[in-house]
Amino acid sequence: MTVAQENRETLIITGNQAMALAAKLCRVQVVAAYPITPQSQVTETLSSYVESGELDAQYVNVESEHSAMSVCIGASTVGARAFTATSANGLAYMCEPLHWAAGARLPIVMGCVNRAMAAPWNVLNDQQDSMSQRDAGWIQIFARNNQEIFDTAVQAFKIAETVSVPVMVCYDGYILSHTVMPVEPLTQEEVDAFLPPYKPHTILDPSDPKNLNQVTLANPRLNEKGELCHGYMELRYLLEEALEASPKTIVAVDEEFGAAFGRRCGGLLWSYRAEDADILMMAAGSLTCEASVAVDELRKQGHKVGVVGVRSYRPFPKAALIDATKNARLVTVFDKSLSYGNEGPICADLKAALYRSASNPVVHGYIAGLGGRDVKSRELADAARSSIAALDTPTPERPTQWVNCLI
Amino acid sequence: MGTRSCKHMSGMASPSMGEAGLTGQWRTERPVMDHSKCVAVKSGKMACMQCWVYCPEAVISKTVPIAIDLDYCKGCGICAEVCPSGAITMVPEAADMEGETDDSRARE
Repeated sequence: MTVAQENRETLIITGNQAMALAAKLCRVQVVAAYPITPQSQVTETLSSYVESGELDAQYVNVESEHSAMSVCIGASTVGARAFTATSANGLAYMCEPLHWAAGARLPIVMGCVNRAMAAPWNVLNDQQDSMSQRDAGWIQIFARNNQEIFDTAVQAFKIAETVSVPVMVCYDGYILSHTVMPVEPLTQEEVDAFLPPYKPHTILDPSDPKNLNQVTLANPRLNEKGELCHGYMELRYLLEEALEASPKTIVAVDEEFGAAFGRRCGGLLWSYRAEDADILMMAAGSLTCEASVAVDELRKQGHKVGVVGVRSYRPFPKAALIDATKNARLVTVFDKSLSYGNEGPICADLKAALYRSASNPVVHGYIAGLGGRDVKSRELADAARSSIAALDTPTPERPTQWVNCLI
Repeated sequence: MGTRSCKHMSGMASPSMGEAGLTGQWRTERPVMDHSKCVAVKSGKMACMQCWVYCPEAVISKTVPIAIDLDYCKGCGICAEVCPSGAITMVPEAADMEGETDDSRARE
């Protein structure tokens, strides 16, 4: 494996450019994408790579995101490394083939540049788009900064191709997609050494014709050779089995990446000053960075606060979260999306993960930053302080609070 | 032994008869043949055969008399519609299922 290089080149690039560069270095063979704000720069950058000959790939111009994902499904089925990227309404338009890609066990990698869902129209950041697709059977990994977008994209191909599950690399629109930051890319030789060529799980061969993902009715049945084959339910069990087993692959790939290149992305969770904390702030994506600033402020005031960030949202790292929260009296969860009629999805999933576990903190859910509403670290600190104050009341449980909502 | 032994990761099948299961189970009406009215039977040769020509599922045999494979006949009724001599009648499955159970009919 490649040894970490001294004096790496540093680029000052946007999150979208980091994503496109990573896809190029991963030698994607088929790109099919439809531009949508704030993802457009990913497709523009990749198309320029293909046009200039820097990337030897088929760039398929499609008329919609539904077609983009469908082209990726076809390409991945026959053995091409396929990539696409989208945001918000484009992701929603992909909803049907998203489920298909997962059910067909195709290791497609997609950048999801998180953006609010209409109506009303809003092109700014929250995480409602990818959260609304959390049950499609994809792995969803969040990045906190542009370096992590690059590194996670490279890891995503390896994870996807190891477990045969597609991976969505989620990063916050504008906050990361359009903000320039220092990024240390890997060299082509390093990526080639880390990521072997893609081999599809099923080889299509004219001498052994197959129908793939054919009508598969309720019950298992015998094939023409008399072998008992999966029904729909068995195939869906296998998909869930792959998702449940994928945390160890996500961690292993991150460790391998770290050993080779000298930096890691945290595996399943990030944490900041959480070792001795009895109060934790939790979020996904760039919001964890704002929370880290809030933690520094709260620490000065004597609160033992830390941050636990969700890097892998699907699979939801239940065991890691039980361990990370076992010494916590309080967890404040800041969701940039909402499961309408219930609560923030990360908050709800955390509560479910902790049910009757060794970890039993009070959990307060906050909704923050919808539709690009700025979330300042002092607002997160204020929220945490109000939750801490509630701990000393007879009934510390509270309904979901909305941060900086002036209704 | 469960289905894991097939080693398939996703849905797949080799093209073969009945790879989607017994699609005849989708039927609500079945074609019932009165051979005495059939042109082919009456003439003793491969005459007419409109039911064989038009069957979209290819479950009618090119024989005299014809036979209908009820494992895969979905009961669309086209054969009864095109038969010039009224030899085929569509009969509701329920009326024809006296004494039968789902188990005895289902191979799946």
